[in-house]
Amino acid sequence: MFIINCPYCGERDQTEFSSGGEAHIVRPKQPTELSDDEWAEFLFMRKNIKGIQFERWNHSHGCRKWFNVVRDTSNDKIHAVYKMGEKPPVNK
Amino acid sequence: MTQELRINNKKFIDQTNRLSFKFNGEKLYGYKGDTLASALLANNIHLVGRSFKYHRPRGIMTCGSEEPNAIVQIGNDPSLTDPNVRATEIELYEGLEAFSQNCWPNVKFDIGGINNLLSPLLPAGFYYKTFMWPASFWEKYEFFIRHSAGLGKSPTKPDPDIYDHKYYHCDVLVVGGGISGIMAAKLSAGNNNETLLLDDKNILGGTTIYQNNDCFTIDDNHTNYWLEKEIKNIKKIKNLTIKTRTSLAAYHGYNYLLAKENITDHLSPDERKGKIRQRLWKIRAKKVIIATGAIERPLIFNNNDRPGIMLSSAIKKFIDFYGVKTGKEISLFTNNDSAYETAISLKKSGVNIVSIIDIRDESSSKIVKEVEKHNIKIYWKHTIVNTEGYRRISFIEIMQLSDDGSGVIGKKIKLKTDCLGISGGWTPMVHLFTQSGGKLKFRSDDNVFLPDKNKTPSDQISIGSCNGDFDIKDIILNSNKYVKTFLGIENSPYDNIKVESSKEEKKKNIWLLPSDKPIGKTKPFLDFQNDSTAKDVKLALREGFKSIEHVKRYTTTGMGTDQGKLSNMHALGIIAETTGTNMGELGTTTFRPPYTPLTFGAIVGRNVGEFFDHTRKTAMHNWHVQNKAQFENVGQWKRAWYYPKNGESMYDAVQRESKAARESVGILDASTLGKIDIQGTDASEFLNRVYTNAWSKLAIGKCRYGLMLNEDGMVYDDGVTTRLGENHYIMTTTTGGAANVLSKLEDYLQTEWPELDVYLTTVTDHFSTISICGPNSKKILSKVIPDLDISDQNFPHMSFKNSKINGIKCRVMRISFTGEHSYEINIQSNYAKNVWEMCMNAGKDYNITPYGTETMHLLRAEKGFIITGQDTDGTMTPSDLQMDWIIGKKKFDFIGKRSLYRSDTIRDDRKQLVGLLTDDPKEILEEGAQIVEKLDQKPVEMLGHVTSSYFSPNLNKSIALAVMKSGKKLKGKKFFVPMENKNINVTVTDTVFFDKENKRLNA
Ligand SMILES: [Zn+2]
Repeated sequence: MFIINCPYCGERDQTEFSSGGEAHIVRPKQPTELSDDEWAEFLFMRKNIKGIQFERWNHSHGCRKWFNVVRDTSNDKIHAVYKMGEKPPVNK
Repeated sequence: MTQELRINNKKFIDQTNRLSFKFNGEKLYGYKGDTLASALLANNIHLVGRSFKYHRPRGIMTCGSEEPNAIVQIGNDPSLTDPNVRATEIELYEGLEAFSQNCWPNVKFDIGGINNLLSPLLPAGFYYKTFMWPASFWEKYEFFIRHSAGLGKSPTKPDPDIYDHKYYHCDVLVVGGGISGIMAAKLSAGNNNETLLLDDKNILGGTTIYQNNDCFTIDDNHTNYWLEKEIKNIKKIKNLTIKTRTSLAAYHGYNYLLAKENITDHLSPDERKGKIRQRLWKIRAKKVIIATGAIERPLIFNNNDRPGIMLSSAIKKFIDFYGVKTGKEISLFTNNDSAYETAISLKKSGVNIVSIIDIRDESSSKIVKEVEKHNIKIYWKHTIVNTEGYRRISFIEIMQLSDDGSGVIGKKIKLKTDCLGISGGWTPMVHLFTQSGGKLKFRSDDNVFLPDKNKTPSDQISIGSCNGDFDIKDIILNSNKYVKTFLGIENSPYDNIKVESSKEEKKKNIWLLPSDKPIGKTKPFLDFQNDSTAKDVKLALREGFKSIEHVKRYTTTGMGTDQGKLSNMHALGIIAETTGTNMGELGTTTFRPPYTPLTFGAIVGRNVGEFFDHTRKTAMHNWHVQNKAQFENVGQWKRAWYYPKNGESMYDAVQRESKAARESVGILDASTLGKIDIQGTDASEFLNRVYTNAWSKLAIGKCRYGLMLNEDGMVYDDGVTTRLGENHYIMTTTTGGAANVLSKLEDYLQTEWPELDVYLTTVTDHFSTISICGPNSKKILSKVIPDLDISDQNFPHMSFKNSKINGIKCRVMRISFTGEHSYEINIQSNYAKNVWEMCMNAGKDYNITPYGTETMHLLRAEKGFIITGQDTDGTMTPSDLQMDWIIGKKKFDFIGKRSLYRSDTIRDDRKQLVGLLTDDPKEILEEGAQIVEKLDQKPVEMLGHVTSSYFSPNLNKSIALAVMKSGKKLKGKKFFVPMENKNINVTVTDTVFFDKENKRLNA
């Protein structure tokens, strides 16, 4: 169980958070103009990386804020935490 | 009473405190400070159990958690009995009752022992090979296996003990209170670190605390004297917390560790009363220092498992710590210097040492010379080729080793002995390090796996014997050095410490010692608990098993309750030797938590019974209880299910309630529905985006039903939302979906549409909801709120009014989930029970009938209203539900819109919601039943299934909702619902069964 440094609350136990999957998938502004394939790309396709992964996390049992985490899935090491809308502090 | 095997000058045993206990029914005595094992040995009892497969007599072999044989059942109370307890770990208390496990009818005469005679027929994988076939015989085999084998008995009644959990945060956690752990704790706490020191024994000090030998000194004193002083000192340090009887169970990532504290297991049943039994510590440490020591290795030779054969280090602890002689004529068998320390301890206590058998050619270390002074016969370059004695070792047979160590030569010598100490070197306890994700490296000098400092996942170090230092001088100097670096300490009180020890110079290792007999005729045991021999491992290799993990499972080596702590290394060694592989490349099997078994009680702690999960009750809950409601769990909520009267069945109660709600008036506690308060200048736009229909034009004071989809177009939740003001709405969700809907809405607001000015607040618990439904609902409402104008003109269907009841503000909605003229009163929860009772009083003359969730479901099914989660399962689009009318086709976008015309969602052969009527109106379908068209088809095509089914008292016939392939086109068609012993004829119909014109809403 890892510790996540919530950008609003500070370090908290993983049990206070819920994971929201891959980060930086932007909902298309005009979905109706997309082909089935383009929409499917947004809707279904997710990376499942062994290594550095950009993820969304929610402090669901705390401030309830969403934010982004850069985590190495092979050893759970968290390299960065940053707010929604901010640029990733490490190269994506 | 004197015990002739007891020495009475040991300070760790309180000989003024005599304790009585029973072993297999026999009454015996021991002392405060004993373990069950030391007390048994003091009573000259070695034989304590039978081995798992061959049922060979087995004795106490170790003095710690690595014990493979002395596994006992404690007590026989059906709720308190405790199986698989190691006699070497449980502390003696007055009245302790222990039983041997795994022997039937008793430990001295065991029928299963016949397996020993059959052992040529029981090779590795015997169970896999034999009992696999024929499959129909499995039941018989299982009976045989379970009856003659099995480890211990589980309690049959609930556990009455109290268990506890504790969260703990510290700067430094030190695991292990031996000499290196003590040093680390002092250095850490002495340098301003909040420090926790854990040890699984009842006192600190590890093995050094009873090391009283001239060859080992610190600052010119015996090591035990020095350490005792040191322990006294650290107990005074303020920011050091010491927990004994606390064993580390698991080491997870980010220095999260679990430890089990035994609080009362060492007390008599009387002293335990009302106390917590065990506490699970959940520890977060900034830094971890592992000082878990090492376990002595046995030697693998023919018949090495007889009672009386013990680890040499265990013999030493029994004599030096507990003051118990494990025999009168003891022999020692070794490949290293440690056994010589045991020899000196025994000699000092006046025990006769028959001989020392050493496989090395010679050794001239200080301690060996010391032993030679005592005129103890040492057989250099010899090995034991056989042992004798069924229930206790009586003789050993020794022979000289050939130069290459692969065979034996010369004459066999037979020596009489009643106890044999064996010492095969040391295995560092690296379990915790590897559990944390650390990788091991191999040191070939003495064949040990050690923590690789460069492959350590978290902020931690290993020090002392678990890091491969076995010489007390190395342990002290290196522990000081490593801890200083690890904690950034400049000066240590140990910097100028003077340590003297006997340096071991000669090493020799033979994994499987030779015998004069061929291996097929010998029994060199590797795993004592699971009875696997070196022969079994070799057989597995011959049969093609290569991976260490496979060999382990095939031979069951290391799979007992001791998890192979003792002899996994020998299995590895033999595999490496036989296959010609380097042991370091072979690697170890995976060490998994827990290090020692954990009780389920400790794992669950206080979360049992009513504390297992939260229970949510509505404000009217007590009224429902008083009125004999049966409850249904909906998530964590307790919802009134139905209210049986005069012993009614559920069916009868629901029929009565359903009729009353349509004929006069019914009342339902709808408080559990999720309620989300939505405010902000963009609230309308927000609803436009999350619901499929349009919201901007909804007038203030009006209500609207909404359907919420997932982005994949599937129905997610539904409910009525009311516009309270220009920028203020209240949304209702399903009971089960409330929390998830809120999370989903927050997610979109924060991540996709942060530009929207919208605020969400859950108010589910703040407001309670009373739903009054039926043609007489109007009369009830006008009695409860006389001031409110409830004429259809002022208060039409799908509208809302602010009002007051006895001066308390309330919101009244005229909405309906039953198709009847209905109102919902929302009021602050503190007043809700009172208002409910007012409604009941007001309805007396109208036979107002409280109804529960079951009746609610029946009434809505009559109207063909869906329940998300019952009629939908996450694969239904609005169109599948025949709800195309609710799609705002002109809307630019809403969640899930684009998915509604994906190639898959526009297929017309999707499963679609239909109504079903049984040809026999009395026949009620089962929910979940499958629907088919052709009965003789093989395999029969399943066209759909029943999602809701009831007998409608208002229509006097059975009705059902179902989902069926291409259902929209099937109206009027006939199908079958095949059941176990009949086929039910059904016809597809419209989904609305009752009041198709919706006349009753305004009745
Ligand atoms: Zn937070």
